[in-house]
Amino acid sequence: MQLQCPMPKLDFDVITLGHGSGGVLTNKLLDSGVFDLLSNDILDERHDGAFLELNGKTAFSTDSFLVSPIFFPGGNIGELAVNGTVNDLAMCGATPKYLSLSFIIEEGLPVKEFWDILVAIKFACEQAGVQVVTGDTKVVEKGKGDKIFVNTSGVGPIHEKANISTKNISVGDKIIISGNVASHGMAIMSVREGLEFDSEIQSDTTNLNHSIINLIEKFGSHIHILTDPTRGGVATVLKEIAQSSEIGIDLRQRDFPIDEQVASACELLGLDPLYVANEGLFIAFVSGSEAEAVLATLQEDENGKNARIIGTVVEEHPKQVIMESAIGGKRVISMLPGEQLPRIC
Amino acid sequence: MKYMSEYRDPELAKKYLEEIKNTVSRPWSIMEVCGGQTHSLVKNGIIDMLPDTVTMIHGPGCPVCVTPLNLIDKAIYLAEEKGVILCSFGDMLRVPGSKKNLLEVKAEGADVRILYSPLEAVKIAEENPDKEVVFFAVGFETTAPANALSVVHAHRRGVKNYSILASHVLVPPAIKAVIDDDESKIDGFLAAGHVCTIMGNSEYHPLSAEYKVPIVVTGFEPLDVLQGILMVIRQLEQSKSEVENQYARIVREDGNPEAQKIINEVFEIRNQIWRGIGEIPESGYAVREKYAKFDATKKYNVTIEEAPENPDCISGQIMKGIKKPFECSQFGKKCKPTNPLGAPMVSSEGACAAYYHFSGLVEA
Repeated sequence: MQLQCPMPKLDFDVITLGHGSGGVLTNKLLDSGVFDLLSNDILDERHDGAFLELNGKTAFSTDSFLVSPIFFPGGNIGELAVNGTVNDLAMCGATPKYLSLSFIIEEGLPVKEFWDILVAIKFACEQAGVQVVTGDTKVVEKGKGDKIFVNTSGVGPIHEKANISTKNISVGDKIIISGNVASHGMAIMSVREGLEFDSEIQSDTTNLNHSIINLIEKFGSHIHILTDPTRGGVATVLKEIAQSSEIGIDLRQRDFPIDEQVASACELLGLDPLYVANEGLFIAFVSGSEAEAVLATLQEDENGKNARIIGTVVEEHPKQVIMESAIGGKRVISMLPGEQLPRIC
Repeated sequence: MKYMSEYRDPELAKKYLEEIKNTVSRPWSIMEVCGGQTHSLVKNGIIDMLPDTVTMIHGPGCPVCVTPLNLIDKAIYLAEEKGVILCSFGDMLRVPGSKKNLLEVKAEGADVRILYSPLEAVKIAEENPDKEVVFFAVGFETTAPANALSVVHAHRRGVKNYSILASHVLVPPAIKAVIDDDESKIDGFLAAGHVCTIMGNSEYHPLSAEYKVPIVVTGFEPLDVLQGILMVIRQLEQSKSEVENQYARIVREDGNPEAQKIINEVFEIRNQIWRGIGEIPESGYAVREKYAKFDATKKYNVTIEEAPENPDCISGQIMKGIKKPFECSQFGKKCKPTNPLGAPMVSSEGACAAYYHFSGLVEA
C-alpha cells in the first residue's frame, strides 16, 4: 500500500529539544501534523485527557515500540505501534476503539521522517477503525534515545460472544496459526546494520481485529485463547501457555507455514524461526470439534490465507511443549534465554 | 526449500534408522566432532531414535566453547579500556569471561557489534578512521579464510585501524587429542563437513590409519548425520578403518585450494589452548609476522592475568566425550543458558545448551 499525504511546509527540518518543551514549538509541531492527520472530535478538544463513552466489559492494553531501523521493509514504527496495541486488544476478544499515542523523540530526527511515521499511524488507525484520542510528545537529547520511541495504549469493548481465557483450554483443543511465521523479525534483521543481505522479506505488520471479531462472531466460546506471538516468537508463547495452564502441547514442525525466503534467511543466519518475532500473526486454541471450520473461515480472510493447524493440546507431559521434527524425532520446546544470537558457522 | 527439504525427508530417515538397526551387532560409541552436528542430532530428536547400542558422543567442535577464557578477557579489555569498536560473531557475546561477558560490556556502554562477516568490520574501520576496530576472529578452519581475507583486504586498502583478535582452532589435532586421552573410548568419528569443505580430507587418512578408526566426513542435515552414522557403523562391523566422504555434494578430496592459499598467506600453525581441554600441539592459527600490525594481541600488547575456570564446570570432560551434559552435577541447576558456568552451555552448538534446550531433561 502506498501511503501518501503531502507534508505541510514547515520552517524547521529537524526536531529539536524545544519541540518537546510544551511551549510554542511544541504547539507548532503538533499543529503541523498530529492534529490534522489524526483529527477527530475527541482529540480536537485538546484537553488534558480524553472524554470517552464506555459501557460493559472493556479491554485495556499498552505497549511501547522501539525498533531499529525505524523504517523497515513492509512498514515503519508508526503502524507497528498502532497495530501492536490494536492486536493486543483483539487478542482479548475486544473491538479496539480508542488509542493514546506518545512519542519520545531523540533530537535531530528529520521532520520528514516524523511525518512519514504519522502518516503510517493515520492509515493504520483507519484500517483498524480506531481513533487516537490523547497523546504526548517529549524530546530527549541526542544520544539519549534511538531516533523515536512510541507508546500506545488502547481500550475497546469486549465482544459479547467472546470468552477468552487460558482456563478454557482443554485436552483435544487444536492450535491454529493464522499465517507464515518469522516474517517480521527477518525483515528487520535483513536491514539491520552489519547484517544487511539482499532480500524482499516484508514485515507482516497489520491489524488483526477484524479477522478476530469475525471468528468470534461465528464461533464464540469455541475460541478458547488468542495470542499474538510477537517477541520471543511462536515457541515462547506456546511454552508460556503450557506452563501457566498446566497442559501439554504437541506440535509438528512440518505443519508450520513459513515463507521460503524467510526459511532460507533463517537457515543462513542460524536462527530458529520459531523464536523469531512476528507482528501480524495470531495463534488460536479452539475446540477440536470446530477446528476445521475455524481454519476454513480463517483461510478465506486476507490475514489468514496461510493459516494452518500446527498442534494439539494433550493430557501427557503437562507444562511441556513437544515438537515432532521434520524427520519424525521429538524435541522439547523451551523459552528463549535472552536474545537469539546468530551462530558462527 | 530446494536442496534442504530433501535432506529432512521422514521416510528416508526411517529407512536409514532401519538400516542402522539391522547393521549393528554390538555397542558402538561414535563422536560427532562438530557442534553443528550435535545441534542437528538434538534438535531433530535423532539421539532418541537411534538403537540403544549406538551412543553418540559430542565432540569439541563448538568454536565459541573452546575459545580460551583469557582471550575473552582480552576482548573485553579492548572494548572496555581501549575503547575499540569490537566486532564479533553473535554467539561469542554471551560466553562468560572471568568476570563478565561481552553482552554485559555492551550494556555498560562499550561499542560491541555483531557481524556476519569480518569484511564488514573492515568497512566499519574505513568509516570510522578515528576509531580502532578489532574483529574477534574465532572459529575452526571454516571461518579462517574469511578472517584471513579481511586482513589481506585491509592491507591492500591501507586500512590502519583494523586488527583481528585471532583464536583459530584446527580439527585434526583435536581428534588426535581426544583419541589419545586415556579416558575416552570412541570407536569412530563423524568429521566436520564444513571444515573439510575448506581443508579437504587428506589430513584424516593418517589419523584413521594410525589409530585404526573409521572417519566419515559428514554434513549437518538430519539425513546427512544418519547416513554418516550408518557409514561409520558399517565400517566398524566390518573391522574397517577408512576415511569416507558422506558430504560429497560439498566436500572435495583436496578441499578448496583458494581458501587454503589465503589461510596460509595470513596464518601459521601454532600450539593452541582449548578452553576446558588445555593446550593441544599445533592445533591453532597465529597471524604471521608479515601481518603483525593486524594482529590485535601484538598491536595492543595486552597481558591479562590467567583467571581460573569455574571449578564446578566439567566442560573439558564434556567436550572429550567422557561425560554427558546431564551427568554434570550443575547441569540445569547452577548452570543454565541464562547463567552459564562454562561455554558449552552458551552457544546452541555447545553440547550442554543443546541438551538443555531440546531434550527436556530440565524444566525450563
